Amino acid sequence: MRDRAIIWSGLAMFLLFATFPFWHNLSAAVTSKGPNPVLPANARQCVAPVEYMKTSHMTLLLDWREQVVRQGRREFTAFNGQRYNMSLTSTCLEQCHSSGKAQFCDRCHDYAAASVPCWDCHVDFKSTLRSAK
Amino acid sequence: MSLTRQSFLRLSGLSFVAACARKLRSAVAPARWGMVVDVAQCLKQPNCTKCIAACNQAHNIPSIPDPRREVRWIWKDSFQHGFGIEDDYAQISAAPLMLLCNHCDNPPCVRVCPTQATWKREDGIVAMDWHRCIGCRYCMAACPYGSRSFNWMDPRPYIRTVNPEFPTRTKGVVEKCNLCSERLVAGQPPACVEACPEKALVFGNLADPHSAIRELLRTRRAVRRKPELGTRPQVFYIV
Repeated sequence: MRDRAIIWSGLAMFLLFATFPFWHNLSAAVTSKGPNPVLPANARQCVAPVEYMKTSHMTLLLDWREQVVRQGRREFTAFNGQRYNMSLTSTCLEQCHSSGKAQFCDRCHDYAAASVPCWDCHVDFKSTLRSAK
Repeated sequence: MSLTRQSFLRLSGLSFVAACARKLRSAVAPARWGMVVDVAQCLKQPNCTKCIAACNQAHNIPSIPDPRREVRWIWKDSFQHGFGIEDDYAQISAAPLMLLCNHCDNPPCVRVCPTQATWKREDGIVAMDWHRCIGCRYCMAACPYGSRSFNWMDPRPYIRTVNPEFPTRTKGVVEKCNLCSERLVAGQPPACVEACPEKALVFGNLADPHSAIRELLRTRRAVRRKPELGTRPQVFYIV
């Protein structure tokens, strides 16, 4: 019974490590509810239905990239007939998600541990302009 | 000879159709963009760098002080360096002139790119897809004009004022002049052309025999950089 202190502290340490994912997520404010992206205040409809955007926005953006860079076409006609300029910064961010990518894109990408290189080059008003000297 | 009412109507109808057809042809036929640099006009303001500043601002080009790591789309160098002509006695060999990507008709950079990140568009602009560039720098080795720059580091801290209309680049990609293709879409001339106070840079459609640039090339003596290499540059210098 002289090892009681060592045994209990060992058990406590094991518990601490075993439950690491739980309290790490708690400290990072990740809840079981999932990510909570900030939706645009004054726009009701995205360039495609929400369900499509949730699953396939990356495909849509890759298609935009192909159209603009390779084909030189910049106008996008949405499913509801609305026309948009195919531009991540000028359309997605400036027109709708004006709170910046940190409030919208990053919320889900951080949650899903998906790191995207879009913003290495494309300008986010909120973060890029601040970091530029 | 008197013109009857019927033949008058027929003639005017025919000429209307012909005029429409000509308009249509020039609208449908792809343009071939090119530039003329009038060196004498440019030299009227020897210390002017307005075209460079306009380009830097329009395209988020970083101002990196280290010349080995600098990024440049349009820059100033001596005639001797630009044209590789060793002429000790000619006054012009020391004269500075504006150099930029030549948007060659036969671009060697395009041929060597392993990912097709750079290609020649139908309108002749040698374009780049920075998404696709893997930074191998083959194109830099292939370009005989030094028109391409490599991003050795993150350029963003070196950009004075970011233009949100245009992306920045990232570490590890090559970049060069795009002849302002994003402005051409909007019907604007390239930023350098617009900024030049002496109108020394003339931009236009080389495929149109009636364009101002063709008129200039018809009436003045123009040279191209290193024509012996067969790259057929589309940037001409009036010396």
